Amino acid sequence: MSVATASPPTAPPVRSAAEKARWSQRISAGVSSAGLNVAVLALTLAWIVPTVGLLINSFRPGGAFNTSGWWTALAPPYAFTLDSYRAVLGASDLAPSFFNSFMITIPATLIPTAIAAFAAYAFAWMKFWGRNWIFLALVGLLAVPLQLTFIPLLTLAVKLGLNSGNTLPGGLNAGFLAIWIAHTGYGLPFAIYLLANFFRVLPTDLFESAEIDGAGPVTVFFRLVLPLSVPALASLVIFQFLWVWNDLLVALIYLGGTPEVAPLTVTLTNLVGSLGQHREYLTAAAFVSMVVPLIVFFSLQRYFVRGILAGSVKG
Amino acid sequence: MGRLTRILAAMAIIVLGVTACGTSNQASGKIGGTVHILGTWTGAEKDSFDAVMKPFTDQTGIKISFEATRDLDAILQTKIAAGNPPDVTGAPGIGTLIKLARAGKLPTLDDKLDVSQLNANYGADWINLGKIDGKLYTLYAWASLKGLIWYDPKAFAAKGYEVPKTWADLTALQDKIKADGGKPYCVALESQAASGWPGSDWVKEIVLSQSGPTVYDNWWQGKQKWTTPEIKQAWTTWGQILGSNGSNVYGGKQYMVATTFGDGGQGLFTSPPKCYMFNQGSFITSFFDGYTPKPTAGTDYAVFPLPDVNSTNAGAHVVAGDAFVMTKDTPQARALLKYLATADAQDIWVKRGGGKIAINKQVSLNDYPDAISKSLAQIVVDTKIARYDAGDLMPSDMQKAYWGAVLKFVQNQSSLDSILADLDKTQATAYASP
Amino acid sequence: MDGSLGLIARMPVLQVDWGTLVSVNLPTLLFVIVGVPLVLVGYIVGADVLVRRLPKRSQPMVRPWVWVGPAILFVGVILVYPMVGTIVRSFFDRHGSTFVGLGNFTRLLTDGGILIVLRNNLLWLILYPGLVLLFGLLLAVLADRVRYEKTVKTLIFMPLAISFVAMAIIWQFVYYYKDPSEPQTGIVNAILVNIFHGQPITWVQDTRFNNFALILIGVWGATGFAMVILSAALKGIPAELLEAARVDGANEITIFRRVILPLMMPTIVVVGTTMVIFALKAFDVVYVMTAGNYNTDILARRMYDELYSAGNYANASTLAVILLLAVVPVLIFNLRQFRAVEERR
Repeated sequence: MSVATASPPTAPPVRSAAEKARWSQRISAGVSSAGLNVAVLALTLAWIVPTVGLLINSFRPGGAFNTSGWWTALAPPYAFTLDSYRAVLGASDLAPSFFNSFMITIPATLIPTAIAAFAAYAFAWMKFWGRNWIFLALVGLLAVPLQLTFIPLLTLAVKLGLNSGNTLPGGLNAGFLAIWIAHTGYGLPFAIYLLANFFRVLPTDLFESAEIDGAGPVTVFFRLVLPLSVPALASLVIFQFLWVWNDLLVALIYLGGTPEVAPLTVTLTNLVGSLGQHREYLTAAAFVSMVVPLIVFFSLQRYFVRGILAGSVKG
Repeated sequence: MGRLTRILAAMAIIVLGVTACGTSNQASGKIGGTVHILGTWTGAEKDSFDAVMKPFTDQTGIKISFEATRDLDAILQTKIAAGNPPDVTGAPGIGTLIKLARAGKLPTLDDKLDVSQLNANYGADWINLGKIDGKLYTLYAWASLKGLIWYDPKAFAAKGYEVPKTWADLTALQDKIKADGGKPYCVALESQAASGWPGSDWVKEIVLSQSGPTVYDNWWQGKQKWTTPEIKQAWTTWGQILGSNGSNVYGGKQYMVATTFGDGGQGLFTSPPKCYMFNQGSFITSFFDGYTPKPTAGTDYAVFPLPDVNSTNAGAHVVAGDAFVMTKDTPQARALLKYLATADAQDIWVKRGGGKIAINKQVSLNDYPDAISKSLAQIVVDTKIARYDAGDLMPSDMQKAYWGAVLKFVQNQSSLDSILADLDKTQATAYASP
Repeated sequence: MDGSLGLIARMPVLQVDWGTLVSVNLPTLLFVIVGVPLVLVGYIVGADVLVRRLPKRSQPMVRPWVWVGPAILFVGVILVYPMVGTIVRSFFDRHGSTFVGLGNFTRLLTDGGILIVLRNNLLWLILYPGLVLLFGLLLAVLADRVRYEKTVKTLIFMPLAISFVAMAIIWQFVYYYKDPSEPQTGIVNAILVNIFHGQPITWVQDTRFNNFALILIGVWGATGFAMVILSAALKGIPAELLEAARVDGANEITIFRRVILPLMMPTIVVVGTTMVIFALKAFDVVYVMTAGNYNTDILARRMYDELYSAGNYANASTLAVILLLAVVPVLIFNLRQFRAVEERR
């Protein structure tokens, strides 16, 4: 970043004519802009150190990370290798497990997001008996340790024939349906909590004018609430996707770890010997499994923009 | 309330289309079907397992559906409790299996395997090991040997050290190495959620060799308290190996707890050596193979069994191995267990290395891939007193407390009495049926 | 060293069974991607059509339940139903046959080892949400003002995308301890030894530091979460409001304190509450790094052991109920918070 006193300071994303006019403010902003950049860069740098270490070590030979620090690899003589990536990408079950991960994660993200949006809308804008108490109970359920739900729920799933290996009409493994339902239940408390909070602060006059125009709740929900809450929905989708994508235990319980159904986490974990032999493969595996969540994050990041509500509130 | 069920049903139909397909495998004369196996083998071990299973599938037409997890206790207990067990489970420890068997959740094998054939091919110890309360529940297909001291013969030769034959030799060698300014041992205890287990190996090996199999059996069965003189003596003997504050060990107590057990052997191969001896089971060679530069069996490393602490128990060895258990009685599961007990199956396993030793006596010693594994197999054949890993036999919470106690002990040996008293407290509850 | 082109040429190609992929897998996935949203939208539209057929008077009474119904059903089955069993089990002995009243609670809470566990949970409860909120808010607000915001956010977000399977190995590169006679391979000890000429420290095992070292791992992982949500709230603040404040001559700090912070408060409460609950049930980090040894044990990990190692459902259930009870004060705070929001509008 250039020194800000001479040239105009780095512009904040939003700049108005009024702001441009104020020179004195600009100079002080210039000084703080330098500090701002230093602060942002320092925090970011501190944050990426572990990830950078992981990245560099993923290109080093197996035993190397144990004898010298990853930063030493940045100086010659260079000895990078793709061995770990070769082992990970060469895993025989990798392609099917990528598919299985999508098969689990996409519905297990869509279903709770949609159901949570319905519920959050009601909690935020409808009046009904016990509303606050039900809502609080939902938030409290965030604290339920998942491990304690496994036995009762798996028992239920088995009784309903939703155990992995049973085939539903159409050839879908019933375990998938079980895990979608499970992840939906596990994800709902946070999803509803987050969305209701965002829905609740939408401007009241929006709803009033919509009602005057004769729009029903379904129209208001799809035409007003959802579009205005896109950043919240985007962040929820990102997190629910991530949690499900990175989950290992829930998948092993409801779906099992056999190759036909195993998600990516299971396949990648199994590259390492049961006592931890070749644990360097985990470095490359971490990046292989990170690709999809990062793409999701990238593609949803454009919804984190200011001004969705612009013009809807009286300044 | 019924709405969601309808939605789910509708969803299933929309989503799945209509083409239902039911393929039934009817290979003529073969059993066919699938056997679902839950185990812990991953990586190279899984490849070996696949190799062992291939002839089985070819012969019987039974497909293998294998799933691996490192959280075997959690997954197995959940699946059994929920009524969705795998057909066969291969477990590295049987503490949980004993509980399940006593709760009536496991079928016995006495009437499902050909016991007379098993008696002919297996040593009595290995069959008895599979019995819980007198009934046969588990079957072992391979063993690994514990209580092995790995060393670099070049380093020993350079200093004129000789392989110790007796416990006195070992302590003399230990003193000599120290007098020469070296460190006798490398000890590495870090192993994530199982941290401490390598130290527990030392202790159980000493218990067996020092106080004999009766004490050992009573101890893992929860009938002998940790605070009894025999068990306490084993810990103090190990404490003498470690030296006060871990002074006999490279890097001392901090290095012991912070170093991942698989990396512990690296100190043998540095120049000058950081340590001269490293106690680990036969599987540790799979970690040696990952070191840079890769050490060569025979020239860079060799092995000798931990000398007898007490000559009355000469030739006592601690062994380990996966216990196969039928978690669901199906024809396929029976066929698999029968196959695993055969010399053919175990032969494939040992030929692929990884420190595995066959239990079936028909497997030829010549089938082991290198001199070291052959010599280890010889030790197992010659062993007069073989005992299975005590920790793996204890209930899981007892075993974890044992591992934790190791970590506390190496950090402060003088607190041994309170550590053992705590272990007694765990012992008092751990053996109760769930 | 190989030429990198040669290396890439030898990279294995994903082994894909194209036949199955195109004929079976992809169609199934497509059905799911199209079918699931269709069912969900179909439900709410269809249900509303039905509600409209009801008498006008009873519509407002029925309609909310149509919207919250699916959520309540799912949560009821997946979370409430198992928790009822758990709560019942916490009042019975480990065999589940004898009623012991509060016996499990008094026994667990008077056990000598529990004090360390409670102390650690308290540490997590204070430091983890506090630091996550602090860093999350700082990053959301500061990154909002730089041109490379997207890059910064992606980099901070990355830890979230790393599955916990790789956690132990990543932190080995940070905290690992080597004997002082060897080069340090963990960056923290390397800095300590090479720049500050200190002695290396066993960060994960040394009881003076390890709880902080573990909490830091948690903070590192969760800050991206807080940042993304807080950033979403920040972007929701109408630009006109900020401009109006600037026109009035307020400086940036005042704007932050008087305009941004109050408007973000509901979201800060959401993130804070979530983090407090996550701190209470923190499990992964301790399970992977120390398994509760070296005085780092916490309630949720202890519960895991009771459940799967000891097979003691009574104790596991009791610990779960303690966790649930610990959340109540946070919930009361939330109740006040959203009542305040409603009064304002």
